[in-house]
Amino acid sequence: MDFLLQPWPWYVSGPLIAAIMFLLIYFGKTFGMSSNLRTLCAIGGGAKYADFFKFDWKAQRWNLIVVLGAMIGGFIAVNFLSNGATIDLNPKTVSDLGALGFEHVGESLLPAEIYDWSAVLSLKGLAILIVGGFLVGFGTRYAGGCTSGHAITGLSNLQLPSLIAVIGFFIGGLFMTHVLLPLIFGI
Amino acid sequence: MKYLKFLLVGIFFGIVLVKSEAVSWYRIYEMFKFQSFHMYGIIGSAVVLGALSVWFLKKSKIKSIEGKEIHFTPKNMGIVRYLLGGTIFGLGWALAGACPGPMYILLGTGALSMAIVIAAAVLGTFAYGLLKDKLPH
Repeated sequence: MDFLLQPWPWYVSGPLIAAIMFLLIYFGKTFGMSSNLRTLCAIGGGAKYADFFKFDWKAQRWNLIVVLGAMIGGFIAVNFLSNGATIDLNPKTVSDLGALGFEHVGESLLPAEIYDWSAVLSLKGLAILIVGGFLVGFGTRYAGGCTSGHAITGLSNLQLPSLIAVIGFFIGGLFMTHVLLPLIFGI
Repeated sequence: MKYLKFLLVGIFFGIVLVKSEAVSWYRIYEMFKFQSFHMYGIIGSAVVLGALSVWFLKKSKIKSIEGKEIHFTPKNMGIVRYLLGGTIFGLGWALAGACPGPMYILLGTGALSMAIVIAAAVLGTFAYGLLKDKLPH
């Protein structure tokens, strides 16, 4: 049981993610989480505003069930399958974040400096979450997929568009991490 | 009951992504700093095994669980939408530290403020739907 409670190494986790993709394909579907955002727009009546949301969202219910399962899985993993170990980050990562004012780095999955209510309920904190979420939602649909749809499924199917999208993920991610985050948290 | 298998796959997905720490903001930051192999190992091994399983599925012509043919829809070719959309996505990914799967998983772990990120992501997708025809693809 002990190995279950430890963090799982990459060579266990990666193959298991491939297995999840395999199962969904075998079930006649596909592994793509960002489609659910479009489905949520359609359920909310988005078809009134744009043709992009005029589709049979009921055919996408299976994917919402995957989302529901994922939330339950997250709950199970932190409450019953974790030993509370600090994330084994590179010490350099910890000190880099320390220089930006982050404390208790790796002691939880998310930094309190961004996700604790004390941070969220400030103008800056709220803006970080809203801008971050908006960019993810806008960008993923513009690019036609996210980490699961492009980086895992698309690359596995040797799709050149997915490789271009992943290169884009890195252009944006590197610019945010190396240029913008120091500006956002350094002041 | 036909939905049960999707619920189970979802639960498994949630557990794997928490236990691998791929849902952690810190791991995403570390990845973009090139300070650890961890995330690259996860994505890399998933893609290598994923490519093998896609190849196997195509080669063996295995039918889906419903007895239907499995077909893979190729992505439409293009550059602008993938590069530009991908870059916008990457900016948000590195800021919020969560992509569209982990958002829900993290909400399930009890990080309730993630609901704001999810709501903003829905809004972002809605905005794309409104602007779609005006954007270069």
